[in-house]
Amino acid sequence: MIVVVTGASGLLGRAVAVLLRDAGHEVRTLQRSPSTIDGVHDVRGSVTERDVVEAAVAGADGVVHLAAKVSLAGDRDDFWRVNVGGTRTLLDAAERAGVRRVVQVSSPSVAHTGSSLAGVGAEPADPDHARGDYARTKAEGELLALARNSGSLSVVAVRPHLVWGPGDTQLIARIVDRARRGTLPLLNDGTALIDTTYIDNAASGIVAAFESAEQVAGRRYVITNGEPRPVAELMAGICAAAGVPAPRFSIPAGLATVAGSAIEHLWSIRPGRDEPPMTRFLAEQLSTSHWFDQRDTRRELRWTPSVSIDEGLRYLAAHESGHSVPTAVPS
Amino acid sequence: MVSSPSAQEHVAARAASLPPSGLPGLDLASSHLIDVPGRGIDEGAVRTWHYLDNADELADRGVTPRGTILAVHGNPTWSYLWRQIVAQSGGDRPWRVVAVDQLEMGFSERTGRHRTLSQRITDLSAFTEALGLTGSVVTLGHDWGGVISLGWATRHPELLAGVALLNTAVHQPGDAPVPAPLRLARARGVLATATAQTNAFLDVTLSLAHPRLSAAVAAAYREPYLTADRRSGIEGFVRDIPVDTRHESHAALEAVADGVSQLTVPALLLWGPRDPIFSDRYLADLIERLPHAHVHRFEGAGHLLAEDAPYAPAVLDWVTEHVDEVQRADQAKHAAEAEHAAVAEHADTAGYSDGAATTAENPDAAADAARARFVPLWNQLDAHSDDPSLAVTDMTAPGEPLRVSWAQLSTRVRQLAAGLHSIGVRPGDRVSLLVQPGPTLTAVIYACLRIGAVVVVADAGLGVRGLSRAIAGARPDILIGDARALSAARLLGWPGRRISTAALPRPVAAALGVAHTLGDLAARGRDTRLPAEPSADAEAAVLFTSGSTGPAKGVVYTHAQLSAMRDTIAGHFAVTPETGLVTGFAPFALLGPALGTRSVTPAMNISSPRTLTAQAVAAAVRASNARIVFLSPASILNVVATSGELSDDDRAALATVRTFLSTGAPISERLLSAAAELMPNATAHTPYGMTECLLVTDITREGISEVQDAADRGVCVGTPMGGNRVLISALDSAGNAAGTASDAPGVLGEILVSAPHLKQKYDRLWLTDRRATRDVPENGRWHRTGDIGHLDAEGRLWVEGRLQHVIVTAEGPVAPVGPEQDLERVAEVRRAAVVGIGPEGLRQAVAVIETMDGTRRPRFVEPGLAARLRASTALPLAAVFEVQRLPTDIRHNSKIDRSRLSVWAERMLSGERLVAP
Repeated sequence: MIVVVTGASGLLGRAVAVLLRDAGHEVRTLQRSPSTIDGVHDVRGSVTERDVVEAAVAGADGVVHLAAKVSLAGDRDDFWRVNVGGTRTLLDAAERAGVRRVVQVSSPSVAHTGSSLAGVGAEPADPDHARGDYARTKAEGELLALARNSGSLSVVAVRPHLVWGPGDTQLIARIVDRARRGTLPLLNDGTALIDTTYIDNAASGIVAAFESAEQVAGRRYVITNGEPRPVAELMAGICAAAGVPAPRFSIPAGLATVAGSAIEHLWSIRPGRDEPPMTRFLAEQLSTSHWFDQRDTRRELRWTPSVSIDEGLRYLAAHESGHSVPTAVPS
Repeated sequence: MVSSPSAQEHVAARAASLPPSGLPGLDLASSHLIDVPGRGIDEGAVRTWHYLDNADELADRGVTPRGTILAVHGNPTWSYLWRQIVAQSGGDRPWRVVAVDQLEMGFSERTGRHRTLSQRITDLSAFTEALGLTGSVVTLGHDWGGVISLGWATRHPELLAGVALLNTAVHQPGDAPVPAPLRLARARGVLATATAQTNAFLDVTLSLAHPRLSAAVAAAYREPYLTADRRSGIEGFVRDIPVDTRHESHAALEAVADGVSQLTVPALLLWGPRDPIFSDRYLADLIERLPHAHVHRFEGAGHLLAEDAPYAPAVLDWVTEHVDEVQRADQAKHAAEAEHAAVAEHADTAGYSDGAATTAENPDAAADAARARFVPLWNQLDAHSDDPSLAVTDMTAPGEPLRVSWAQLSTRVRQLAAGLHSIGVRPGDRVSLLVQPGPTLTAVIYACLRIGAVVVVADAGLGVRGLSRAIAGARPDILIGDARALSAARLLGWPGRRISTAALPRPVAAALGVAHTLGDLAARGRDTRLPAEPSADAEAAVLFTSGSTGPAKGVVYTHAQLSAMRDTIAGHFAVTPETGLVTGFAPFALLGPALGTRSVTPAMNISSPRTLTAQAVAAAVRASNARIVFLSPASILNVVATSGELSDDDRAALATVRTFLSTGAPISERLLSAAAELMPNATAHTPYGMTECLLVTDITREGISEVQDAADRGVCVGTPMGGNRVLISALDSAGNAAGTASDAPGVLGEILVSAPHLKQKYDRLWLTDRRATRDVPENGRWHRTGDIGHLDAEGRLWVEGRLQHVIVTAEGPVAPVGPEQDLERVAEVRRAAVVGIGPEGLRQAVAVIETMDGTRRPRFVEPGLAARLRASTALPLAAVFEVQRLPTDIRHNSKIDRSRLSVWAERMLSGERLVAP
């Protein structure tokens, strides 16, 4: 099958492209920078550029759409242009090209309205109540994609939760960097129980959704390791793996939310290239539980995670200390 | 017939109407109006009633109802009170439910007339006639609606199939004042203001709900009473409360009360004890009038029981199981009678039905045999009435031990029994005993049992609040205690005539409301004949559970069951008159006289088992030459700890002990072995049981050693004692004990027990009884223990926790004890608890531990230890907390309060700041 993977220069996109390639698919990648993956065909450009997208999907059987603007803050219009506009452009082109399967890679934050979530399933995306521009635009994008599900096009939305692993420039790098500088606080002692997803599991889950797309067309799935842990324990584990001190101070979540809100405003007045140290979205993410019911995901996608949290942390430690990492996703 | 209108009847008449839409929980499809030709004072008039009726809905679904539940609200509510049972009837419990709004009330007509109790019963009869009610009718009433429903019941025996009541009263005892809230409402000048001119009475009633009513539901109750003239019925109802014998409705109430006492139809009494108006006193009165009634007290619920507790499924289950049952039996009887009449045309069938009923009961041969063998507990006291040898020795007081011979004890019991009888204590009367274990308590208990009075025993360990609840629930007729207990009784308003164990100065006795002392009673009983002995099946005792599994529950035992317990002990531990008992666990001191052997209580503080020393045990053994020693887990701990103080003489005495046992909670093999070293020639036993069945299984120290390396999870408690039986009802994937009882090994499920000494029932907890005897085998009496575990291939029972503590994960149910044992094998761990958090069926397991080093602040365990703990058990752990002290049950130091811990862990892991559990 010819499969287009958008956003293949990112950690997860890259892992997905490699798995699809190894499964015997003909893989095209669509992103601005080179994918540097052997045996795939790079199409360079943005999902917002219609002609580039059309070229990428021409003759393709399937699309796995990971390209997105991911950030805690930034220009609102950018989020809309990439996460909603880009998705629309891609879906339009895919429909016209006769693509049969689309996996829309989304985020559980599209249905997270700020309160604790314990053992919930993949609730419908809720752009009106999602927190922050990222979650809001990803919610719009997911609704857009699922609305295109039809007899001729099978669309599945997959929401990996907090993906991490060796080489991650998002979550891990941020945590490690802040911990090293001593500016990583715990909120409310880091008690919130949260699900995370080791990179290999997120990739294999997305590929499983792609392979089952016809059977599960129109459905939404949250993907996690199914091993929720307290924030404090995850932070400590990641910091230990990276050889940096674990966070030692805790601030009340209420204070962080207020501060995050203020900082957000400050950054919007003074947009810079650096990220704000705290946002309301982040404060909520770090101080409310969010873990998920994985029963439907595992049964319907016929998939189970292959790397546990503890194994993942060992791989992370090996990677951080310069050793090679045994992984399901060869580079 | 029409009486002349008085001043308060000049209230503008208002027509009936349908309630507005949007009242929470009320389906307007069931809301109807009907014109009813008036009777009594309404003769010649037509009155319009509003009522709820699900008949149409049942008909639409093609369901034929089995009968009609006629529901009558009280004051100041309306048929809205019954919306849940109207909505929930159907399915496999299809009963038509008709819930009326009485005239002047709810959305029924405001006639402007004052209605007496008698008139209201007449009104209701006119209503049911207009409705054309036929077939089996079960009345259901609340508050004064209960009285009116019972009045209707006594006037319609041809329709009546059962009566059900929620917090009501049919009789105001002559010597008791009307409840204070009603006295206030009736006071001159208050009545009209409180009831009609303002919302006060209505608001106070609605405020009695536990928990509080939602604003929308409270508004729905107020809906028909928005203006003063619409509230005149509320005033009329309060005015009609017969406060004294001169009241116009007094005779009618007495007639209803007398009529109720004649009822033989099935009866159900559901009660909310937190009711300032209809207190437990009225429940006791109703139970006396309807002794066959099923009774359930919803602990924590109050006057608005219909809002506080799930009364509707209870009523529907009851009508389905008990009213239908009676109807079927009646039908079967009629069929049998018809057949008999056909076969023996000219035979005299008089008296036949009695015979048929007996046959239908299918008497259990085993039970009959047990009754035939029944030897009452006081049998040995009678047999030894002239025996000068020692029966009871009490070494708990400083100085010389208190020694009581068989003859003395026998005489004392006989005198107290006759004395109690002489002051009017009768079979079935309840006597609450607030007396420390010792010879006095022993004598009083045997005296009560002898005359058929039911002893109520609640442990002081329940705490004042728990004890108060227990006593309020059991409603003793007599309360026997020392000055301290009687002060508490006075202060907390515990019911029952008060008897003091010791003589009190007259003013003190008067202040405490003490009528008699035990000394008086013995003197009165000296020359009085004893009444007849109670029968084997009569109730003998109510024992209260520890309260570790919710509010303490009263457990009722019959004489036959207590005797069976004695026989089980005698048989299993080979107790003979020569054996002798040292009772380091006070309750066992009561057993000596029944077992026919001498007993001695060693020097200790009775209320604190930890004060028992090894020397005291040795001294008790020497004093009595006893061969059996009873200990509790807490006392064993201290006996072992003080073993260094033993002299050679002491050790020699302890070496003569043949058997010792620890009961109450499982103890470790290590502790049992340490105790066994002190008694080198004794076999160490640790039986398993519960208040409902005190002795189920037993295991010896050798038995524990044998299973040390077994792969089974949980605590091995051995094999069933005597003729006891144990089966397992397997857990399904949702964690429910749904399996058919089975002895298949290795299956995790709820533990079911059957024993001749199993409890008769729970006291006034019909729904609890129902749950405990649901889906049990048909042969014999069985009890669902609420404990979970499994049997092994050798028939040994392994306990793995409580049913309510099962963690139902996405992979299925997990019992907590196994993983806790895994964690406790990690060196740093002192105690571990494993609890679940998250939605049912998707629970995540969380471990909470105490470490050897301890911690002042609660925290997540450090990563290294967390990794080792996770590696120690196959159960995935979402989080591992360390706390200073795990919450434990008040009575059993060893029992961790997992329910509380689970709530705490759930709160913490939702992202709250860490605090101690």
